[in-house]
Amino acid sequence: MKPTEKQLADFIVQEARLIDERRFPEWLDLFSDDGVYWMPLEWNQEEEHLTTSLLYEDKLLLRTRVQRLEGERTFSQKPKSRCQHLLQVPQIDSIDHGGNEYRTYTPFHYAETRFDEQVILAGWARHTLSVIGGALKIRKKRVDIVNCDAPHRNIQLFV
Amino acid sequence: MNRNEIMALQRPGEVHRDVYTSQEIFDLEMKHLFRNTWMYIGHDSQIPNKGDYFATAIGDQPLLMARHTDGTVRLMYNRCPHKGTQVVIDTNGNTGKFFRCPYHAWSFKTDGSLLAIPLKKGYEDTGFKDSCSSKGLTPVRNVHNYRGFVFARLADEGISFEDYFGDSLSSLDNMIDRSPEGRLEVVGSPLRYMHHCNWKMLVENQTDTCHPMVAHESSAGTVKDIWDKEAGDGPKPMAVEVILPFMSSYEFFEGMGIRTWDNGHGHTGVHHSIHSDYSAAPGYVEQMVEAYGEERAKQILGENRHNTIYFPNMMIKGPIQSLRLFRPLAADKTLVESWIFRLVGAPDMLLERTAMYNRIINAPTSIVGHDDLEMYERAQSGLMSNAMQWVNVQRLYDENEADDPVAVYNGTTEAQMRNQFRAWEKFMVMTMAEDAA
Repeated sequence: MKPTEKQLADFIVQEARLIDERRFPEWLDLFSDDGVYWMPLEWNQEEEHLTTSLLYEDKLLLRTRVQRLEGERTFSQKPKSRCQHLLQVPQIDSIDHGGNEYRTYTPFHYAETRFDEQVILAGWARHTLSVIGGALKIRKKRVDIVNCDAPHRNIQLFV
Repeated sequence: MNRNEIMALQRPGEVHRDVYTSQEIFDLEMKHLFRNTWMYIGHDSQIPNKGDYFATAIGDQPLLMARHTDGTVRLMYNRCPHKGTQVVIDTNGNTGKFFRCPYHAWSFKTDGSLLAIPLKKGYEDTGFKDSCSSKGLTPVRNVHNYRGFVFARLADEGISFEDYFGDSLSSLDNMIDRSPEGRLEVVGSPLRYMHHCNWKMLVENQTDTCHPMVAHESSAGTVKDIWDKEAGDGPKPMAVEVILPFMSSYEFFEGMGIRTWDNGHGHTGVHHSIHSDYSAAPGYVEQMVEAYGEERAKQILGENRHNTIYFPNMMIKGPIQSLRLFRPLAADKTLVESWIFRLVGAPDMLLERTAMYNRIINAPTSIVGHDDLEMYERAQSGLMSNAMQWVNVQRLYDENEADDPVAVYNGTTEAQMRNQFRAWEKFMVMTMAEDAA
């Protein structure tokens, strides 16, 4: 499979929809086994491991999140949060069929709500994708929020 | 409120809910408690070069820590003596040889003293030279740089640094001594996490060993569930090592032990802790033995203190090299900052674990933090109930414990919380007149 630009963009839009519809196990399946979800803490942060990030999670930790969200004793999810992504059209930054690597760039607004409180975040998602087993998979999703260094309240779902 | 009314907020094993909910008491905390105690300001590695500054606050007081031209760390109020403008507004930077107020260009040396005022002639024969404004940025007089950790007491008169902290400094020492060079450096920015609850709830939770297996069942318990199913006998990934011990049994936490010191300081993890069983970083023990000798290195690494409270609002984790500040903003509003440090000269793997711990446990995106915040905020709301106005901190209470502030207890005691409240009362009322606030 050599994904077209449209297929890449559709994949990004579908990913956000799975989160918004709380179809988290299906969302998790979009990640490759070595996939990583990263939210830096600092503006223009490059260091992944030797400084603090908001999130830097491999599939084991992401699976933990997904399972926890449906747990009986997940007190911070009683009642459950809801969220909504508003995406700009995903831009295709690079296509490398030979290296099996595709990069996209997607500005977004994200709303997460629970009880009467709504959090609005704005930022940019950078996806690195590969075709694995005939399907596109997320190798890395980097999410930079514009106020990454501000004091935040709980962010419980997936930006 | 007067002194007697403040003292009536506690009775044996109980605390009145107003200490968490009353804005009047919060304001008194700013006026008394946060002036009379020694507060952590920042680390001197944040301002390594002359002219570097770090803007922060103690309670509601805006402060500025700077590296003066003589190389020493200075602390002053971030308030132009002219009209009150904050002289710097960004958190970190280098100001060169002097600070310059952006409003009217009054300038100050990096120790705060007045350097120059434009059109200075306009102040001749006005009495200006006798005004407080002519002195420059007001310095904080009582500042102590303890092995890089800068503390200050805003009240001009009061308890000395040494008397205030006493043997509790052994926890800071242990964190610093874990560097083969005996030196720490701040790494990156702190996590900042906003809580709609009273700051004392967060401080109490640091030595609350009966909550992890309950409140964090959904996070640590889920990791355990997944790991039990999938892992087999392979080595635990670092993240699993970090989070699994939160599901330890009551017996584990009982055996962990809690030590209290005078003036509200104390720590969990006297005998062992949730940080005891981390994998070794290759080469690290050898470095430590070379730096300190075998016996001393063993002693340093043999301590696995869990959370050390430096009263009133700071916590450190020696084995993880992290520091959390619970910054009071209002009776029901607290900003938590979580900082990490590099052990200078030690393998990167240790910093990697420190950074991982910080994001997994302390971030606003942390599945551990989510449930803690939920508990604090439910409590903040629940405490508004007038039906019952006392909060219980009676676990393993002993009516004679106040006589012996330096003690080691069963690890599930609430003695450290009571220790904090004794210190709270002491430093609240010490500057209150008998019949006035």
